[in-house]
Amino acid sequence: MDLRPTLPRSSEMKLPATYLETRRRAGAGIYLDHAATTPMLPGSIEAMLPFLGGSHANPSSPHAKGRAARRAIDDARDTVAEFLGCAPGELIFTSGGTESDNLAITGTSDDGAVVVSAVEHHAVLLPAERRHARLCSVDANALVDLAHLAELLDDEVSLISVMAVNNEVGTIEPLDAVVALARELAPRALLHCDAVQAAPWIDVAAATAGFDMVSISAHKFGGPTGVGALAVRDRARARLSPLQLGGAQEAELRAGTENLAGIVAAGAAASEWGRRRASIVERVRELRDRLEDALAGSLATVNVDRSARVSSILPMNFSGVATEELLMMLDKAGVEASAGAACASGALLPSHVLLAMGLAEAEIEGSVRFSLGWSTTSQEIDEAISLIRATVLSLAASESARI
Amino acid sequence: MRVLVAMSGGVDSSVAAALEKEAGHEVVGATMKLWGGTSDSGCCSIADVTDARRVCDHLGIEHHVFNFTAEFDHHVVDAYANEHATGKTPNPCVECNRHLKFDAFLSRAARLGFDAIATGHHARVVRTGSEVRIGRGRDDAKDQSYVLAVLDERARAALHLPIGEMTKAQVREHASDLGLRTWAKPDSQDVCFIASRTTGSARHDFLSERIELHEGALLDYRSGEHLGMTDAVELVTVGQRRGLGVADGERRYAISVDVAARTVRIGEERDLLIDGVDLGDPMVIATPLPEGARVTVQVSAHGRGRAGTLLGRHVAYDEPERRVAPGQLVAWYLGDEVYGSAVAR
Repeated sequence: MDLRPTLPRSSEMKLPATYLETRRRAGAGIYLDHAATTPMLPGSIEAMLPFLGGSHANPSSPHAKGRAARRAIDDARDTVAEFLGCAPGELIFTSGGTESDNLAITGTSDDGAVVVSAVEHHAVLLPAERRHARLCSVDANALVDLAHLAELLDDEVSLISVMAVNNEVGTIEPLDAVVALARELAPRALLHCDAVQAAPWIDVAAATAGFDMVSISAHKFGGPTGVGALAVRDRARARLSPLQLGGAQEAELRAGTENLAGIVAAGAAASEWGRRRASIVERVRELRDRLEDALAGSLATVNVDRSARVSSILPMNFSGVATEELLMMLDKAGVEASAGAACASGALLPSHVLLAMGLAEAEIEGSVRFSLGWSTTSQEIDEAISLIRATVLSLAASESARI
Repeated sequence: MRVLVAMSGGVDSSVAAALEKEAGHEVVGATMKLWGGTSDSGCCSIADVTDARRVCDHLGIEHHVFNFTAEFDHHVVDAYANEHATGKTPNPCVECNRHLKFDAFLSRAARLGFDAIATGHHARVVRTGSEVRIGRGRDDAKDQSYVLAVLDERARAALHLPIGEMTKAQVREHASDLGLRTWAKPDSQDVCFIASRTTGSARHDFLSERIELHEGALLDYRSGEHLGMTDAVELVTVGQRRGLGVADGERRYAISVDVAARTVRIGEERDLLIDGVDLGDPMVIATPLPEGARVTVQVSAHGRGRAGTLLGRHVAYDEPERRVAPGQLVAWYLGDEVYGSAVAR
């Protein structure tokens, strides 16, 4: 039985309900937070199960089970390498996007300068900060400012990192132009691309072909958490050192017993997602546009132009309401969304991405990221539109509420 | 009733949440993140948030974290520094209560549709007819009514203080009975980020980053004789004895501070004694008292009460008492209930 409140669909719906009056069954919310993590594809779950049980073995073991495990990893490596557009020998499995980014930035440390965009994920920004990175500014759509990038590039630069798709606002960065500028102005530089958020939504192999290193994470495209990969082209390999030592796994670049079940599941997810990507992208685009058209205008503004974004992300701003309160009320009403990053205590932090786009802290208040995914349904979007509208109106009306 | 409980991660607010739930209310817990640092003890350290969250899990209620760092910066940190710039000595805990716990938190609770808020202060809400006053907690040693003396009518009316009738030992016993992980957690000493920065040299560093500090002349309170210099007149507090750099055999105290003139008057203990205190703004009246009302006055969180008479914006002490540093909170009581408060001028 669905306990979600049924709200009238007309624009004259009655205002709902306070935080605790709005009850819903746990887990029955409409999940619009796929950019945080997306449900595993059934095929990926199925692929990993045998390796959690009977087929489990250490791929370094010499016996038959060990050799079978080794083969399973090599098969997954072939698949993910194809998904990413590199040779299997160029692919390092990691524990996820954060490790891949850290390995790329910290593992290539030398005395050269580092240049990164200001809207990178913290998995890039923080290790880059340790290397005293130069930050490249972005425009109001979070697009890398190429003129500024050109100013920052010179012979001293040994690493450039620019993401393919921004995780908070969905902006698709001009990677070809970045590559062209880098090759011309920073000939020494290794090029790294954080493609974690891009992998599900654009042809990541084509988009990142000019980069030396590319990071991805399986749980963004239907695989499990705890598995990622860093593609390192052969030409860049000699400049990369491992961050963790203790075994010869992953061509001596990432010590530690392989996450066998996870890697197999990542391979299955990459294979299926690669086949279905075009149709998922188009279906999700249609749903996202419907949600955007229904909410933008009277109720909210959109933080980035639609034409600059991937098809799944909708970064909205509901002016006049507090983000934390809106997310709480949406959650209660049955819509699961998020905003920016959280600190260790769980408190929301003002988004560094929106700040870099030139928004003031006061303008950021009220910002929420809706992100759709492969499992989002048309009915969910219809319902979400009603629930979001009603929640925002109720919260705005409560501005003068007193106990 | 729907109640939002402010939870610090300590045993008092843990039990407050438990008691609200036992009373049959619909309860949600929330911890305020007030300061950006993650390693600070006190308000919103990661360990304290985890304790609050796990207590809520144990009680079967939701837990949220509210990021009020911007409000805290503005109303407490900046205000603390700016008051010092004018020679006052504000009480940051009082201002935090006034603006954060009982304004930002309460307003949010109202917008989210809660009917009341609750905290784990050792104090009571006393309702008589239409009047609501804050009363002293049953545990004399733990009484926190003073820091709640700034609550306005709206806040007092919306507030539950579920542990106010209990002693600290009873609170711990109840926590232990319920199996709450915070039952044996040490008491915080009104600790928050700012406490560690408002004493000794840390205070100097903290304030020098925010306001301009000026040299000042130390003058004898009675003769006006020049006794020496202080490197930051803004940091001198009325009543201060140590760190004045004056040594002439007997104990010397800062009697008054004039930031504009860059002077500090230095005197003996008897010069500190004064017949009363002037009441400035903001002033909060819980229940108006007639001119000449006999009251008990309290000028610090853990200080003793002083007998006095309320005369307009002045309290006349029965016996001479030490001066109150301007900026400190003066609360007046009838019996064990707060009838009003004001900031000392």
